[in-house]
Amino acid sequence: MPNAISVRGLSKHFDDVRAVDDLDLDIADGEFFSMLGPSGSGKTTVLRLIAGFEKPTSGRIQLGQEDVTDRAPYARDVNTVFQDYAIFPHMSVRQNVEYGLRVKKVPRGERRERAEQALATVRLDGYGERKPHQLSGGQRQRVALARALVNRPKVLLLDEPLGALDLKLRREMQIELKEIQREVGITFVFVTHDQEEALTMSDRIAVFNEGRIEQLASPVELYEKPASTFVAGFVGTSNLIEGEVARAILGEAGRFVIRPEKVQLVGPSEAPSADARVCVAPGVVREVVYLGSTTHSVVELDAGTTVTVAHHNFDRSIDAALERRDQRVVVTWRRDHLVSLGGSDPDPVASPEEETA
Amino acid sequence: MASSQRPGRGILVIPRPGRRSRDRSVLLLIPPMLWLGVAYLGALGALFITSLWGQNDFTGAIERIWTLDNFRDLFTIEVYRTITVRTITIAAVVTIVDAVLAFPIALYMAKVASPRLQRLLVIAVLMPLWASYLVKAYAWRSMLSEGGLISSIAAPFGLESPGYGLVATTITLAYLWLPFMILPIYAGLERLPDSLFEASSDLGARSAMTLRRVVLPMAFPAIVAGSIFTFSLTMGDYIAVRIVGGTSQLLGNVVYDNQGAANNLPFAAAVATIPVVVMLVYLAAARRTGALDNL
Repeated sequence: MPNAISVRGLSKHFDDVRAVDDLDLDIADGEFFSMLGPSGSGKTTVLRLIAGFEKPTSGRIQLGQEDVTDRAPYARDVNTVFQDYAIFPHMSVRQNVEYGLRVKKVPRGERRERAEQALATVRLDGYGERKPHQLSGGQRQRVALARALVNRPKVLLLDEPLGALDLKLRREMQIELKEIQREVGITFVFVTHDQEEALTMSDRIAVFNEGRIEQLASPVELYEKPASTFVAGFVGTSNLIEGEVARAILGEAGRFVIRPEKVQLVGPSEAPSADARVCVAPGVVREVVYLGSTTHSVVELDAGTTVTVAHHNFDRSIDAALERRDQRVVVTWRRDHLVSLGGSDPDPVASPEEETA
Repeated sequence: MASSQRPGRGILVIPRPGRRSRDRSVLLLIPPMLWLGVAYLGALGALFITSLWGQNDFTGAIERIWTLDNFRDLFTIEVYRTITVRTITIAAVVTIVDAVLAFPIALYMAKVASPRLQRLLVIAVLMPLWASYLVKAYAWRSMLSEGGLISSIAAPFGLESPGYGLVATTITLAYLWLPFMILPIYAGLERLPDSLFEASSDLGARSAMTLRRVVLPMAFPAIVAGSIFTFSLTMGDYIAVRIVGGTSQLLGNVVYDNQGAANNLPFAAAVATIPVVVMLVYLAAARRTGALDNL
């Protein structure tokens, strides 16, 4: 598949802070690509570099076949949905949506038609005459989306567009955004710090940390086979088992990750014996956290670490779980559910290909 | 019992002002309200009433008889109409000159300059206000004089100083009131998020287009807010025109001469109502742009 965006050796330094550090990245045509990371990890800077709002310290940016590194934002075939939406408050919804066509001198009739179409795509038909201050947060977000989509850009850049919405609306918009992306077939580059959001929507996710990509993989791969401690910790909840503890429980040194839902909690008497396929570790339940659909139990292992165990609340087993607080238990998991992060060498930028092979 | 304990009330209790404390806060408001009511609106009312009195032609004493003679004179005697039109024109020109000069300066201050430079520029804009009005007006007088700074700069280009007159008055007033135009526009532009500028550029607009379609419309209320200052200050001015205006007169001079030399207070009061009425009309127009929210 041809690339919508190719980035080579891209760096952006603000004084002595390396916001983006020698980045290589290819984003395929028609892909829903997410850049995930904590604040300050450089993901937004990469987006702003692609849009042209920032000049790179070094490196090149290609859109399709064109090198756009030295072009101004208005000369790049990308559009942005801003975190604060950046809707022009003095214009009506329709004028906002038509803005891009208007500055490109698209004739009035066509402009109208395309604006109507774009508003229909984001399910805002009939809102054209309203002023932005009459809209709710979710509706403004849709106007921003329509205003960008109406230009039919090669790539749509979205900078945490759902950050200001409440949880329920955010979930709805996640699904809607994904639908819209499939409908229009435009490459979406989506910046978020919300791992759940990234997992929900993306074809591929790049996890950013300190201006570099820690891992670039599909959501499933990212969750099931995290390439580094950072990724394992940032995407979902993880139990890290390393050093002496690993040697005691697993019988081998190294750093391993096991997800809470893959760990089981049993009473000391029901504990299976450890063998080549099952790992077993005794401990004491320190905390039980009720989360609605699941319950998390925090178990302090005798081997000297704590693991979180997730338990689905199929029935009222929470009552039983709560009673376990301060009781002795045994946790078990299948050995093939362990993800090895390699030796104890803290190398955060392990190549994802090696890990998934 | 449960109904008397509303959630969250226990943490932060903000006392509702009771009747007695409300009475006390009204008491607090009385001195400033008196100041506004008596000293300001009362004076305006007295001005208007005085303008409806007459004057004894021989003794010059005020005759407290209701008459519209003063206003009839204002409208029928050619010279007053000329002076009124001239004053409004100069106020308008000063306002336009200030807006044209202030907008780029304010834009640079608000959106281009670094935070440090921004603070320095605000001080630089405010600094002329620390100097006396008279010093600045006389500085312009000497600059505009024959053989003064402006004529010696203009001479090599075959130009000459405008000399004393209405042009000099306009220049001087535009200089004097410029900070009052820059500051509201600066405040208005500073409030605009950068993302609006970026969004415009992102959607394909070059800088000139962004300026015309996004920045100017959004800065317009702030410009109108600034113009209220420049316009009203010019309407009431009579000193600058005496210093650099040559023999030209503005409404302020007419008021000044009538209560000084001519000692015709009722007529001076009638003349003084003209700027008040013009400003009321101007404010009503400005209100519609939302400019008053920018003050």
